[in-house]
Amino acid sequence: MCLGIPGELVELADDDTDLATVSVAGVRRKVNVGLLIEDEELVVGDWILIHVGFALAKIDEAEAAAALEMLHTMGPAYDQELEEFVASSTGREGL
Amino acid sequence: MKYVDEFRDGDTARAIGTRIAALVEPGRRYAFMEVCGGHTHTIYKHGLEDHLPESIRLVHGPGCPVCVLPMGRVDDAIAIARDPDVIMTAFGDMMRVPGSDGSFFDAKAEGADIRMVYSPLDALKIARANPDRRVVFMAIGFETTTPSTAMTILRAAREGLENFSVFCNHVVVIPPMTAILDSPDLRLDGFIGPGHVSTIIGCEPYRFIASERGKPLVVAGFEPLDILQSIHQLMIQLAEGRCEVENQYGRVVPWDGNRRALEVVDEVMELRDTFEWRGLGWIPESALQLREAYAAFDAERLFTIPGRRVADPKACQCGDVLQGALEPWECGVFGTACTPETPIGTCMVSSEGACAAYYNYGRFSRSRTRGATSLPDPVVVGR
Repeated sequence: MCLGIPGELVELADDDTDLATVSVAGVRRKVNVGLLIEDEELVVGDWILIHVGFALAKIDEAEAAAALEMLHTMGPAYDQELEEFVASSTGREGL
Repeated sequence: MKYVDEFRDGDTARAIGTRIAALVEPGRRYAFMEVCGGHTHTIYKHGLEDHLPESIRLVHGPGCPVCVLPMGRVDDAIAIARDPDVIMTAFGDMMRVPGSDGSFFDAKAEGADIRMVYSPLDALKIARANPDRRVVFMAIGFETTTPSTAMTILRAAREGLENFSVFCNHVVVIPPMTAILDSPDLRLDGFIGPGHVSTIIGCEPYRFIASERGKPLVVAGFEPLDILQSIHQLMIQLAEGRCEVENQYGRVVPWDGNRRALEVVDEVMELRDTFEWRGLGWIPESALQLREAYAAFDAERLFTIPGRRVADPKACQCGDVLQGALEPWECGVFGTACTPETPIGTCMVSSEGACAAYYNYGRFSRSRTRGATSLPDPVVVGR
């Protein structure tokens, strides 16, 4: 459960809900970006580290690629995390 | 793939291993604790100990959130879940954690409405969709996860949701590290600091471990080479007689952490006077509770819970494993009565637990042991 999944930002958050759209392993989902440091401007194409539906940090593309690759090698633990991420109702429909 | 090779390359791993070995003082033995369960997972998945000289031992710390949850708290959560008005929501990891009378899965089989969620926001959504039910989120986790729970509570407060609450079991990482340093059974030479926790708290909170407790600490990433590199940095510090906090995972962990996340947590939660950890006992100021201002969202105040302290099963030695005093395979029930499918102890429940990591990756071929302990007869394990 401590896993962080990298996702690419494809649509910015609407101010009220803090929910931005990210693409994770080709799947588009909403994540909450309200915990990101305020002075860190987000732009489409940024990579973020996602944990339980929230963005924890902005990361660079190389880190994202490495993290994704590592997660793949985790096998069942990653599959479960990704499955749960994809199944998350908040992620699917927003708030 | 081009990036990944940088973190994965076998030649580089061997080269770092050689550099580490060159720093070993003859006759000296070293013990480094990786605090984070994610690191434990990487170490066993990739057999990193095989790249290290025999004189270096990695000790697995208490950084797996479900592993450190005492049975009494699981019982409390199940008591809440058995209320027919309640929908209990929890991360998947939580479902198999044994209480004194079964797990969430068992309670669910007996009719309790317990639902797995990926995010606390999913729990909030269930609350909105079920206004006539009381929806409780079983909140567990270290600093990595706590801000998400806090943010969800703020959101519930803003919406005026009256049927959503949190059973807060969030813990903080530094007090158990201090408790382990105080333990007379374990002599550590340094720490591999947690990666994602440090994304939130930064590196500054570890400073006293170096300056007052005399142990170097290197915050590390999750790639195999990250961990080897952090051990190399620890060895360089020891060789040079330095004792500092260093950040090997600077590409993700800002030195000052995530200020916004810390503010959100501080708004909603405060330290408890004390909290029980499985295997480590009661540790002062080691967990969080909701502030009075958010009492309306605090399941501990809204429900009557047994609050009983339950001792771990006698056969289970998770406590010793969590303190690094025992290797997983040295536990009497490891791989026999206690497996990931039917765990007796929490270290076998989560993929981040030391026992589950050993079990899944079957690292029994290692000839190296520590001290006079001998390896058990080879056992075929794994799925």
